[in-house]
Amino acid sequence: MNILAAESHNPLIPPVGEIVVGTITFAILCFVMIKYVVPRFEQVFVARREAIEGGIERAEAMQAEAKAALEQYRAQLAEARSEAAQIRDQARAEGQQILEELRTQAQEEQKRIVARGEEQLATARQQVVNELRGQIGTLAVQLAGQVVGESLAEDARRSGTVDRFLSELDGMAAAGDGAGGATRVGGSNR
Amino acid sequence: MTSSASALASVLAAEGSGGDDGFQAPTVEEFYPEPIAEFDLFGVAFEITRITLIMWLATAVMIGLMVAAVRKPSIVPGKMQFIGESGYSLIRDGMARDVIGPKGLPFAPFLASLFFFILANNAMSIVPLAQISPMSKFAFPLVLAVIVWVIYNWVGIREQGAGRYFKDAAIPPGVPIGALILVTPIELLQVFVIRPFTLAVRLFANMFAGHMLLAVFSLGTVYLLQVGNFSAIFSVGAFAMALAMTFFELLVIVLQAYVFTVLTATYLNGAVEPAH
Repeated sequence: MNILAAESHNPLIPPVGEIVVGTITFAILCFVMIKYVVPRFEQVFVARREAIEGGIERAEAMQAEAKAALEQYRAQLAEARSEAAQIRDQARAEGQQILEELRTQAQEEQKRIVARGEEQLATARQQVVNELRGQIGTLAVQLAGQVVGESLAEDARRSGTVDRFLSELDGMAAAGDGAGGATRVGGSNR
Repeated sequence: MTSSASALASVLAAEGSGGDDGFQAPTVEEFYPEPIAEFDLFGVAFEITRITLIMWLATAVMIGLMVAAVRKPSIVPGKMQFIGESGYSLIRDGMARDVIGPKGLPFAPFLASLFFFILANNAMSIVPLAQISPMSKFAFPLVLAVIVWVIYNWVGIREQGAGRYFKDAAIPPGVPIGALILVTPIELLQVFVIRPFTLAVRLFANMFAGHMLLAVFSLGTVYLLQVGNFSAIFSVGAFAMALAMTFFELLVIVLQAYVFTVLTATYLNGAVEPAH
């Protein structure tokens, strides 16, 4: 009975109804997969890739930013250093200049003081000379009057004699002055 | 196939039976259960049987799982999404991209549908209460094989042009002219007849044979327990075999779904890229 039944059905000859049912069932699954499931999977894959790549990109951007900041900092530092050096040089130059000026001023002052001193000396000497001239004249006349025992009160003769004497004295003094003055100037310079 | 199957059935019947109440081995009738509903539509007879319901159930469950996997898609996947993604990636990267090539990604949705449909239906062969795969009905693998056949030929004509595609199929480049007498008929037969036929038969025969094996050992276990004499101790062996065959069937379920899909990808690769 089994064998008879087996011969009534050939498993390799499918009924048309089954083919139709199978096609429809598979088509439904295909439709859901293609229209709904797979696009969502692909969406997730894209989102995941973007998330990973986005993270990498962000990290790279931050790294670049940090690098730029470092470069900027270094440049600023170098600039500041060169500026400082420049300022230092300038200050040194200015100091040098001030020193020079001061030195010049000091020399001028010194020269001025020396000149005034000489002037004063000359004036004092002249005064002394003038004073001495009068006193020497009087003293000499007194001395001569006493020695000779005669009055030399006659003005004309007396003044003529004194003047002649003093002129001689002046000539001697002038010769002595030239040598003596030069020596004095050199001494004050030291 | 029919004769060999019935021969197997008769041999088993002969071995099991000492008389009329002997072991009734499973036959091809296993695959023809009583229809639950019968109707005619446009002159086509439809029989809604247990197996039809099993196919609908398997497909519905697979659709449900897939939809659940992508209902709330996120960059960091949950458990369901991770499983779904792993399955889809296996097809998308392992077959569409690696087997078909750079032009393969558009075929990923179809290949994934194919794989998951076959997998779900195959799996019903060891799911308790169902315990028969719709793929052991030749109609269903045949439908899939015909769809694959139509698609790879259509893609071949679209990508290479009808003339080039049929010429390359009939006259493979690099074959000496003398050999064409043999090669041309073989190649044409292979591309247009043997490929879809083997695709369908491979899946069908595996699931058919798997069900037969499981049925024989399962029914054998029950029969040996009920026969009422010392043979009951042999039921342990039969049960062990049924168990081993169930695990073997699990391997076949996954492997056949994979093989069907990977061969489809290979045929599509031949259609997308001209022969060298």
